[in-house]
Formats: sequence, structure tokens, C-alpha cells
Amino acid sequence: MSPLNIEKGSTSHSAYNLRSAYGDAVERHTLAVLVENEPGVLARVIGLFSGRGYNIESLTVAEVDHQGHRSRITIVTSGTPQIIEQIKAQLGRIVAVHEVHDLTVEGRAVERELGLFKVTGEGDKRIEALRLAEIFRANVVDSTLSSFIFEVTGTPEKIDAFADLMRPLGLVEVARTGVAALSRGQS
Amino acid sequence: MTREMTGARMVVQALKDQGVDVVFGYPGGAVLPIYDEIFQQNDIRHILVRHEQGAVHAAEGYARSTGKPGVALVTSGPGATNAVTGLTDALMDSIPIVVMTGQVPTFMIGSDGFQEADTVGITRPCTKNNWLVKETDALAPTIHEAFHVATTGRPGPVLIDIPKDVQFATGRYSEPREMRTHYKPQVKGDRAAIEALVSAIETAQRPVFYTGGGVINSGPAASQLLRELVEATGFPITSTLMGLGAYPASGDKWLGMLGMHGLYEANMAMHGCDLMICIGARFDDRITGRVDAFSPGSIKAHIDIDASSINKVVHVDIPILGDVAHVLEDLLNVWKSRGRKTDREGLDEWWAAITDWRSKKCLSYRNSDTVIKPQYALERLEALTKDRDRYICTEVGQHQMWAAQFMGFEEPNRWMTSGGLGTMGYGHPASIGVQIAHPDALVINVAGEASWLMNMQEMGTAVQYRLPVKQFILNNERLGMVRQWQELLHGERYSQSWSEALPDFVKLAEAFGAKGILCTDPKDLDDAIMEMLEYDGPVIFDCLVEKHENCFPMIPSGKAHNEMLMGDAVTAGAIDAKGSVLV
Repeated sequence: MSPLNIEKGSTSHSAYNLRSAYGDAVERHTLAVLVENEPGVLARVIGLFSGRGYNIESLTVAEVDHQGHRSRITIVTSGTPQIIEQIKAQLGRIVAVHEVHDLTVEGRAVERELGLFKVTGEGDKRIEALRLAEIFRANVVDSTLSSFIFEVTGTPEKIDAFADLMRPLGLVEVARTGVAALSRGQS
Repeated sequence: MTREMTGARMVVQALKDQGVDVVFGYPGGAVLPIYDEIFQQNDIRHILVRHEQGAVHAAEGYARSTGKPGVALVTSGPGATNAVTGLTDALMDSIPIVVMTGQVPTFMIGSDGFQEADTVGITRPCTKNNWLVKETDALAPTIHEAFHVATTGRPGPVLIDIPKDVQFATGRYSEPREMRTHYKPQVKGDRAAIEALVSAIETAQRPVFYTGGGVINSGPAASQLLRELVEATGFPITSTLMGLGAYPASGDKWLGMLGMHGLYEANMAMHGCDLMICIGARFDDRITGRVDAFSPGSIKAHIDIDASSINKVVHVDIPILGDVAHVLEDLLNVWKSRGRKTDREGLDEWWAAITDWRSKKCLSYRNSDTVIKPQYALERLEALTKDRDRYICTEVGQHQMWAAQFMGFEEPNRWMTSGGLGTMGYGHPASIGVQIAHPDALVINVAGEASWLMNMQEMGTAVQYRLPVKQFILNNERLGMVRQWQELLHGERYSQSWSEALPDFVKLAEAFGAKGILCTDPKDLDDAIMEMLEYDGPVIFDCLVEKHENCFPMIPSGKAHNEMLMGDAVTAGAIDAKGSVLV
């Protein structure tokens, strides 16, 4: 927004009006946070979210550059546009944070999650579970005569969908990794 | 050249190399090796406080009055937890301090050892950054980085937790120049944004500068540039509690402090302006009042070094991320090179409106011949001290607001008050830190008796180091601000807001080895203040004031800037039910 195009003395750019113009709709954003791999960084990031009342829908963290002491934290969060901006600014000022990327804003990103599903059952249900697993390109990573563990990789939505299908077929336990994400293209 | 030494010696060496001349602290088991090193040298002076909270506030007072980082050293466990209030205070007010804590030996961490606390865990939310040092080789680089982080970008408190075995062990000392850090916040403002602000300055008819502690934190150059900008543009200027002194109170563009207990003309100017230039302030709730009615007709520009301060509370139209001094320098250069334009006619009308608001004389109060009004006491203190190089600290409450209203600050770094956190008990130890930094200056702590009692033990520190701090206590035998809110908001039910067992402050002073002065009559006040000023040593001045005075003007919670209560206003029903949940 160009500040120069604002009509002087109008109230259309008051705090009140700009707040609503900013949008009250809750949006889901995926943030990639590159941090110094040192003790306490994750606690600082999580403390920021809990201390200021922001949402964490998913959070993954792992070292990505051993020599450079870098870890990558991928956070899926939700909030109004103003809250999302605050979250990024607050993350950015943590001393151990090198970079904050909003993958949702910076263009299409690849998001993947891995889920492990233990499904127990016999007879038709077992066969149906196996058939659906094939459709989802799930791998069977453990099996007994009355159970499977399936491994599914994909977007969080795909993992959700698979869980919904398995539930009536004897789903007893789920483990999910949370989202890992990278922006597409060269940069 | 590599230098081997123990961790404890490294601490002292690193402090010396960082230019530290004084440390405020309190010894204990987990920091004994460091205290042993302090004993064996003379470059760094150690000031023994009486409580760790006092050490941190003293370090804050030192930092606020010098612009240099303050340093505190405390032991593990309770030493560290007692430091938490001071750390939080420094975080809220962006004060650069470095706190070092002892810790149980590394091999005992997690075992619930004696005086063990998870210090980095407890202090993570109340520090800008903190470190637990587990290897002696890492100690010196960590201390150097800690000073860098505390003083760079938006300043703030940092903490270094040092286990006792790390203090004993020998390692390699590294010099400050060997420090490696990626922490380099942006200081230069975006050129296009600065030009946008210049355009707004050129055409504004009702502009106002709204400045804060960031101007003072940016350093003396920032205050100088601000003064030049204000004089050159002829725009009115107001400031937050934290920013007092950046622009001189005697300047004719000065509107006084704004906000909840700010001046009528300042708040009306904020409400009615068409261009608000916020410099190093953060739209705190004490400033804005009701956010959705905050300055409804203005273009808002915000200069701040912390991106998270911009658009946090109020959406701004011209955000400029950068250091105040750097941005103001560029701003002035661009504005001058474009012909120093302002809308003179518009400004004349604007000043006429401001003159009108000023004529309301919002600080008027009914004086008395028989009882000392707190406002009168501060007016007299101001009159009798304003020609001196004077440092004023405060505690928190009514007296703090009256001090901000009735005392004038001509220079930055002369006003030490707990703004963001509102820490009762801040002012007394802070005054000690200020006096240590400025041994020959007049240092006065304007206090309420309730706040002052929270850290009264520091009188022992003042006496031990012969610090001539003046504790100017406005004694109303009440928690004045609590009482005021109870009167306005809670049906005059004064729940727990008075004390029935106050000490005799004169005897208390004498018990500590200081001087006590009691004043109860307005006719004696000037002589009593002069007696305090002329005494070369610490003084407790017990000024018995009107017990039921309220602090006005006041923007009640949940109201807008143009809905101020005045001293004579009928106060019943001023705050509605929605406002009463705010504090």
C-alpha cells in the first residue's frame, strides 16, 4: 500500500478500519525457520507460541546442516494475517534464528508428512484395508496375521484422508511426523 | 597468543575487555570462584547489594543513566530466581544488562542439587537471549557475544549461567575481537519509506511526533537529531513515559507526556492529528487507550528497530525498520534536499488548536495551606533542583505519574522509571546504580512509601558505599494508584490498599546510618527539601502528603484520547463495565 495515495483527513485508514481491512479470516501458513543448532532454540520458539497465544498445528525439527550447525524448524500455524505477520516478526528477532520463510506466501511449496497406521482386523476388513492402502501407495512395514502397519507419505490432507478410511477398518494407533516443507524451484 | 586461565578468571578478564568498571552482585556457593577472582583485582568494582533483585535494578539504573550495559552477578537457585523480576523489567523497557548466574557443577545438573534451579529455562521468556556454558573454552566467547546481543539492535537483558566446575576448570581465553556472531540487526532505514515519510511531512497540516524510549536507547545522536528535526519542522512533539528527556521539556514544541496520565494537549493532539510520526515507541496500551478509537484520522509512520513492534497493536501506513539515529539522519537529509517544505498555514492553525488545549491547564490542582499536596511537593522539588545536573528515579504508582507530569527533563538518560513492567521496588536500587555511575550528581528517587518498602533493604547498600541518594517518599499511607482505581471503579471499597503499620521513616533512616527528614507542613517543605539536598549522604525524606489525592488527567480504561477525565470532573460512572476488566 502506498502511503502517499491516502486522502488526508479521511478516516478510511484509521487503525479501526485498517484492522478490518487487514482481514479477520484465519489463514493456515507453513513457516520454515532456519536456526542455529544450539540448546534451547526449540524451547524459545515453542515458548514464543505458548507465551503469546499463537497456534501450532504441526511442528517438526531436525538438524539439516551438521557442519554449519543449522536446524530447520517447520511450523504449520494459523491466524489472521496480522497474527501471522506478528509470528514471523517475533520469530525473526530471536537471536538464534537465521531466517524465517513463509512458504505459503513465497509461492507453491512441497509439503509432505509421513504417517504410520496400525490397523487390526480379520477377513473382509483386512482385505479392504490392504486394497485401500494400495490406492494410497502405502507400504506395509509390519504385518501379523491380524494386523498391519502401513506407512503413508503425502500431504497432511492425504494422511487425514487415509486415517478417515482406516478408522472403520480397525485403526488402533497412528503416529505422524508433522509437516516437512520446501519451496519449489531453484531458490 | 593463546592464554590459558580458569573460567572464573575468564569472567573477570572478559568483563575488563568489555569495558566494565562495576558489577552489582551478591555472592553464594555457586559463584565463589568468581568472587575469589574479584577479590584479587582492582579494575572492576563490586557493589554488594542486599537482595539479588536490587542487583539487577541497580544494573538497570546504571545502564539507563549511562547508555552502557549494566552487569549483575548472582548465585544459583534463589539468586537466579530473585533476578527474574529485574530481567523481565529490563526486557519490557529494552535495557541492556548482562546477568551472570552461578550454577551447580555440570555433572550435577538435573539432580535437584542444593540451590539448583533450571535458570536458563526459567529466564528464557524474560531474556533477549541466555546461555548455559558447559565448557570453559566456550565461556569467554559466550560472554563477548552476550554483551554484543544485549547492546545491539533493540537492547535487552541477557543471562549467562556458569556451572561451578566450568569456573574452576582451565581453558583458552578468547579476546572480544575473536567473537563470531550472525546477530546483526538492520540499522539503516529503507530509502523509499523514508521518502514517503518526507512527503507526508511536507503536506501534513496537523502533524505530531510521538517518541519513546527507543530514541534514548539509540544514543545521544538520536536525541540531537530529533531536536534538530522538531525545531526545523516546527511540529509539536509528545513522548511516552520512557522517552522523557529526548526532547527538552523547556522546548516550545513540547506538549508533555501522552497516555493514560498524559497531558490533555498531548492526547488531544494525538487524537486529532493527520500525521503521527512514532519514533522508537510501541503503541503500548497505556498510550493508545481504546485501540479502535485511537487517532482515527491520521496517517501513521513508525520508526523502530524491532520489526515485531511494527503493526503489533496499531496498523501503520509508513513502517521504517531501522535505528532511530540512522533513520533520522537520512530523514533530515532527504527533507532538507527537497527544500525543507512544510505546510505553514496548516501548522499555524494546528498550533492555534494546541494553544487552546494548553489553556485548559490540565495539571491544575487545588493546593492547600495545611496539608502537602503531592503535586505541590513535586513542583517544589522540581523548582529547587532543576538547575542541577539531576537524575530522577521513581517507583511505580501515582507518584511516578506526578513526577512525569511535574518534573521537566532537559537531557536523555536522566529519568529512570519502570515503564512496561511497572515494578514497585525498582526505584531505590536503580538510584543506587545511577549514583555509582555518576558519583557527583544529584540522584533522587521519587517514591511512594509502599513501593519503597519493597526494596528498602538497599538502604544498607547506599550507606555502605556512602552513596548520597535522596529517597523522596510521598507518603500517603496508601497504595495510591490502587486506591484511586478502587474509588473510581470499585465503589470506593478500599480493599487492602492501605497500611496500618508503616515504619517511622526517620528512625528507619537512622537505624541504617542514614539521615531521615520528616515533613508534614507545606510551609516547611522548601526548607526541608534544601536540607535534603545539602546533606552529603543518603537521605530518607518522609513527605506526608494528602491521603486521598487522585492523579489526573486520566484516560479511563476502555476510553479514547478525547475522553479524558480532569481533576474536577465528576468521576462516578467514568469507566464502563467493559473498561473495568482492563487494568
